[in-house]
Amino acid sequence: MLNKSNKKIILLGNEAIVRGALESGVQFVSTYPGTPASEIGNTFFKIAEKAGVYFEFSTNEKVALEAGIGASFSGLKTLVAMKNFGLNVALDALLPFVYTGTKGATVIIVADDPSCHSSAQSEENSRGVAFLAHIPILEPSDPQECKDFVKLGFQISEKYNIPVIVRTTTRVAHQKMPVVLGATKNTKSKIQKGKFVKDPKRFITLPPRVLEMKKELLDKIEKIRNLSEKDTLRINLNSQKTAIITSGISYLYVMEALNELNLSLPVLKLNFFYPLSEKRIKDFIKKLKKVLIVEELEPFLENEVQRLAKEANCKLEVVGKKLLPEIGELKPEIVTQAIAKFANKKYSPANGRYRISVPKRYPQLCPGCPYWLVVSAIKKAVDTNKVIFGGEIGCYMLFGNPPVKLQDYLSCMGSSAGIAHGIKKASGQKIIAFVGDSSFFHAGIPALINTVFNKSNPLIIVLENETTAMTGHQPHPGAPVEPNGIKIEEIVRACGVKNVKVLDPINQGEFIKTIREFMAKPEVSVIVSKRPCIFVKK
Amino acid sequence: MQNYNSKFKINKDFNIVIVGVGGQGLITLLQIIAEAALSEGYDIKSSELHGLSQRGGSVEVHVRFGKKIYSPLIPQGKADLIFGFEAQEALRGAYFANKNTSFLVNKFIIPIPLEKSLSEEQIAKTLNSIGKRVVLLPAADICREKLGTDVVSGIYLLSLAAFKNLIPINPDSILKAIKKIIPEKYLELNVKTFDLAKKAKDV
Repeated sequence: MLNKSNKKIILLGNEAIVRGALESGVQFVSTYPGTPASEIGNTFFKIAEKAGVYFEFSTNEKVALEAGIGASFSGLKTLVAMKNFGLNVALDALLPFVYTGTKGATVIIVADDPSCHSSAQSEENSRGVAFLAHIPILEPSDPQECKDFVKLGFQISEKYNIPVIVRTTTRVAHQKMPVVLGATKNTKSKIQKGKFVKDPKRFITLPPRVLEMKKELLDKIEKIRNLSEKDTLRINLNSQKTAIITSGISYLYVMEALNELNLSLPVLKLNFFYPLSEKRIKDFIKKLKKVLIVEELEPFLENEVQRLAKEANCKLEVVGKKLLPEIGELKPEIVTQAIAKFANKKYSPANGRYRISVPKRYPQLCPGCPYWLVVSAIKKAVDTNKVIFGGEIGCYMLFGNPPVKLQDYLSCMGSSAGIAHGIKKASGQKIIAFVGDSSFFHAGIPALINTVFNKSNPLIIVLENETTAMTGHQPHPGAPVEPNGIKIEEIVRACGVKNVKVLDPINQGEFIKTIREFMAKPEVSVIVSKRPCIFVKK
Repeated sequence: MQNYNSKFKINKDFNIVIVGVGGQGLITLLQIIAEAALSEGYDIKSSELHGLSQRGGSVEVHVRFGKKIYSPLIPQGKADLIFGFEAQEALRGAYFANKNTSFLVNKFIIPIPLEKSLSEEQIAKTLNSIGKRVVLLPAADICREKLGTDVVSGIYLLSLAAFKNLIPINPDSILKAIKKIIPEKYLELNVKTFDLAKKAKDV
């Protein structure tokens, strides 16, 4: 990852992002792990020291972004990485950052997960944030572009002092291909220091200055749009009346489909989702009869083209979600079918006969996972039909699958206790809320304080397994690289919780007794269930 | 054996789907195939899944090589070879099969919790009705008996595929890729597995 250049090596999209950052001379990297972005942090975790890059797993994505903002304000070249839901957490810090702009060039990686392969909660399309935050968004389609677009992102950020998002999806982040390496700029093995120079006009978003900043931001976006206009790829330079506009992973499916169908429709591939290459698109659609927009999830691009067609070619038929699904990721066969229909070409997929019904195999807690012990104790301690179980994000969200079935709601990080409080206040029913150790630090603490402050009495079980297991065993504040992390029970007590016990769930008798005892308490109770993940090396 | 005169042994893309259960080492196998294909000068694309889907659930990874590969995902019905690390999952993978597809399947069942497992006979019968060449063999049992562990079942299947010409990559390239990808600690075991497959190729 570090030294070779002018070589072709096989890289995962996420590894190519790391390489792109190194080739740009990145100096500061922060992240909170989340699939499909996790390998970015994992890779930096391994190489940062050798590469002379400061790296941290922050407590959550907002804190990671804030750390990155501080580094950028101090002049360091900065990369912050997160999955889509992390962007929601970080949004509050992101919007003002786009206003103040960067000092050290900053790229933010956001990984979406269409089809929710590794995501509960929602099928999020983070492109939408462009409309909210006015932040440039680049969309690579493969690992080579992951590397190239990260470099492009840094260049744009450098030139216009604005953070840039590089948005991937699962099939980009977890795609492998041979990538051509360039030279890395991180040749110094010593971490470089930045310097924060006071500049109130630049870093303080207080009104009325904040509205001037918005004006400056919108001006920047128009300048960057000129770059975007040049950064499109046109394939098949013939003058047919039907054509395709696409970007990101969808572009690869389009090319696959055109080969399969033996068609040579003109294709416009957009590298920027925002700011959009408006002139280029208008020019492309001017003489067309109809255009197919191939994009995953919501028809953001289709709506934009629809809008541009009103000015450029009002008779143009813009086709998109009429032929392509809005739910779930695209697949090559779906795109092939859509293009065949669009181009009036006969096509029947290679087969449809072999879809054999095999019972669904749900993901499971690993054999030997300490969470099985917690499940076992709960099933013995309470009537599970009469207790509500609050789920959350981590391995324990598998409690929702058979045979465990201890989950009655599941939302975002930190929400199990927050929602438990609301249910308690609204209904007074019995509740056990689960929260993982990494989730507890991420967003669980404010919710816990709320149960004390506003007086409700759920039982919260903190599943402390000494790692961030689901995303690939990253450290967290309770289980840092060096031993002796922050003790969860001390935080719980400091929040004003009186009923607190740290228990090893291997002691089933005591665990069962404590669950029953705590369920009867008039105030909030917390059991810290402490037993390491089987993958934690001792 | 093969004709090595032309630069590539194949004119069209070669598509491999590997199916199994999370934790069976599918991604390692994918890496070895990709590395071996790269060493023979092919363009490569692959797709894998991490995180939630890996915890003992059904896992399906794709690797493709040829002159120029676009999509990392193999289209429905376009697999040339389907590796089944688990027999029931091999059936699930039949979505990617056509009448010319080869199956190389570990005769090994990991029960699906709360469900009745399909029998090996049922699975063999169904696969035989689909693919052109179906090899169902107890790779896990063979590896356990001869090498003392079944963690290398995948390496055994892949090596066998190379020796049996089910995959257009030179066995030497596979061995080189194994040496590149597998950590030093486990290398000897994996090389032994490769040799075991070499001896078994005519079975």
